[in-house]
Amino acid sequence: MSVEAPKVHSGFLRGLYAGNTMAVLERGLKVIARNNWLIILTGFFEPVLYLLSMGLGLGALVGAVEFYGIKVPYAAYIAPALMAVSAMNGAVYDSTMNVFFKMKHAKLYDQMLSTSLGPMDVALGEILIAMFRGLLYAVGFMIITTLLGLNLSWTALLAVPAALLIAFGFAAIGLGVTSYMKTYQHLDFVYFVMLPMFLLSATFFPISVYPEPVQWFIMALPLWHGVDMIRQLTTGLVQPSMWGHVTYFVVMIAIGATLATSRLKALFLR
Amino acid sequence: MADTRKGLLSPFVSVIRARSLTKRYGNFLAVDGIDFDIEAGESFGFLGPNGAGKSTTMRMISAQSTRTSGTLDVLGLDTNEYGPEIRAQLGIVPQADQLDEELRVFDNLTTYGRYFGFSRAHVRNRAEELLDFAQLREKRGVRVSELSGGMKRRLTIARGLMNSPKVFLLDEPTTGLDPQARHILWDRLFRLKEQGTTLVLTTHFMDEAEQLCDRLVVVDKGVIVAEGSPRSLIQQYSTREVVELRFGSSRNAWAAEQLVGIGDRLEVLPDRVLVYADHGEAALESAVHRGLEPTSSLVRRSSLEDVFLRLTGRSLIE
Amino acid sequence: MTTAVKARRWGWWFVAEHRVSHIRAYWITLLVTSLGSPFVYLLGLGLGLGILIDENQGGAGVGGVPYLTFVTPALLLSAVMQGSSQENTFGTFGGFKWTHWYITQYASPITPAQMVLGSQLGILVRTSITAACYVVVIAVAGIAPLGRALLLLPVAMLLSVAVGFAVTSWVATQVDDRGQLSFVERFVVTPLALFSGTFYPLEVLPAYLQWIGWISPLWHAVELGRWVMYGADIPGWRLVVHVLFLVALAAVTAALSIRTFERRLDK
Repeated sequence: MSVEAPKVHSGFLRGLYAGNTMAVLERGLKVIARNNWLIILTGFFEPVLYLLSMGLGLGALVGAVEFYGIKVPYAAYIAPALMAVSAMNGAVYDSTMNVFFKMKHAKLYDQMLSTSLGPMDVALGEILIAMFRGLLYAVGFMIITTLLGLNLSWTALLAVPAALLIAFGFAAIGLGVTSYMKTYQHLDFVYFVMLPMFLLSATFFPISVYPEPVQWFIMALPLWHGVDMIRQLTTGLVQPSMWGHVTYFVVMIAIGATLATSRLKALFLR
Repeated sequence: MADTRKGLLSPFVSVIRARSLTKRYGNFLAVDGIDFDIEAGESFGFLGPNGAGKSTTMRMISAQSTRTSGTLDVLGLDTNEYGPEIRAQLGIVPQADQLDEELRVFDNLTTYGRYFGFSRAHVRNRAEELLDFAQLREKRGVRVSELSGGMKRRLTIARGLMNSPKVFLLDEPTTGLDPQARHILWDRLFRLKEQGTTLVLTTHFMDEAEQLCDRLVVVDKGVIVAEGSPRSLIQQYSTREVVELRFGSSRNAWAAEQLVGIGDRLEVLPDRVLVYADHGEAALESAVHRGLEPTSSLVRRSSLEDVFLRLTGRSLIE
Repeated sequence: MTTAVKARRWGWWFVAEHRVSHIRAYWITLLVTSLGSPFVYLLGLGLGLGILIDENQGGAGVGGVPYLTFVTPALLLSAVMQGSSQENTFGTFGGFKWTHWYITQYASPITPAQMVLGSQLGILVRTSITAACYVVVIAVAGIAPLGRALLLLPVAMLLSVAVGFAVTSWVATQVDDRGQLSFVERFVVTPLALFSGTFYPLEVLPAYLQWIGWISPLWHAVELGRWVMYGADIPGWRLVVHVLFLVALAAVTAALSIRTFERRLDK
């Protein structure tokens, strides 16, 4: 009895990629459709609650905030920031906690890698699912802020692709970071990096309240770029620095994707 | 980018071929330079206790774990380079079932089939066939968590057959199952063997190895200590029969001293003394003759357990 | 004293001890996050927002004090509420489903009531560490004198116990986790943290939202916290109501938890 030789792929992704990312995405969407849609849906409430609480309550105390020389109502000031934060949180959550859980506990990747899928198919699939979720949240949030009259210009429409760009950047880096994780405790440190970013990146108040060196530090962090980018779009106060923000995320995606790809074997083939 | 160039060896000498295969985790040497060849159509087993390096070897064969050194070719392809291509031809049944808890029984099969890139129509048909093969027809729409251990195992085996593999890898296929569930499973595996599927399995049950394997290697602490068919291993490393004598745990060592000279060989275990002899009844008679009064005695045929005891000085299931 | 008699009397203590011993596994993370978050929240949010708000309020501050002083007790108590709710959500559920602690303890002379009380005591140790770290940062940063800041501890402990029992009384009734456990955080803890007069006085909210504060253990605790830390102007009868609310919540939900534990374990 003899056995046929398999077809062989070549190139630098040899052994890593089978060109079947769609099957991974399909599985993720099936699970969302059958089980998790409620959980996914409710995840969207958090930024809305923040917007209502902070916009209504703090807005009364703060009044208007200056953004690129123009006074902006407080709710309209924080809405784009919350959108950026939500894109970051969703992407980081999906690419760290969720991936780690599926790897350690549900052994999902062991299942996938028992088939002809390669680690690259799995990684791309996970990023696509994270971005799908990001897209849902971004669109939902846009609808709410539009109803509340917090989008001050038509350029606000571009905030949706901008949120996806942010999500892509954080998901790629998150996946790379996860490849170094050993225990659940390591996740706590990820969130401990995200917390100060969330509070300090011009989310609730302009960074001009800080001394200059602190401002420079914050401007080096990715979330500040995300917040400023979306805020320029929703307020219509688009600045030349927009290109800087876009470039920042493109570079972040490139670094994250390179890191994640080079760590794929460490991540999945332990 | 895809080319249809044949594998390195054609026609294949071996379906799986390992030379000095080694896997190291930090300072721990899980697999220590083993050599083996598995032919198409045969049923091949790795027998050894827990922690012998069997599962690690299986994961390297399926290109799910990168080897540290040595060579390993599956279907003529290097496992470190051609994971997806190799796995396209393999059926894999991992030790823990690893079913998709978020999907129901039927979706577990179809989703898994889609991972191979088959069309939706194809995976649906194949899944329906395999539901019958695995005797899970009534459980089609049930949550995986509601299945019994035996059913989960059968579902995992059905899942591994979604791509109609030429080579089927099973890691501890019946561990944790009750006797009835084990026999159902063995029956399913026999059918596959009859259809010409190459079976590669690990086990720490000698009866399973004796039932299913044409040929096997005995593995201990990452090295192969013996190789052959179950029958030839027993012939080579054990006598035809074994007498098991129990004297009570405090007297076994003393009794063993009195037994010296009876049979070919003695083994003293914490709970019993084993006397290896071609004629068990005769050996038992000689023991009684010497005035020994065991609290219980049993004459049985030698098994792979005895082979393992002989080779390693330890029992398989500790 | 036989071991059975000892367990009858001290079972709750053994349960607490067991839970505290598990803090050792993650004490570094606990310490880093417990010391780090007050630093980040106070110096980031309190100070940053404070500059903006105090400027806009023209020096009047919020409730007669600078914004940083106003928001500090609320941040501490909000962290305690989150810690307690998390530990109770996953600790209680895990005790039945993942770690099987309660199943194991039920095989010993320890009673379900002792499990409920002992677990809460163990969790109280963890949330007290969080609160104590805040107190240190408050005193070092000079937001309040140490003596005043220390008074926040009993308030924090009362809140931790009230929230803890309340969460446990619901979580203990949950048999499978299909994601609803995260609803505690999403639909209860986060909204409470946001609408309980934490970042601004409750009265600033529109009237139709103020009821959230009245039923929120966090708001009652925050009012007490503001009173002990900087003597916020609150009538005595209201202080009594705040204490009574928290004590009653703890007592009722503790009783409910014990009943659920007894029924669930007796199978």
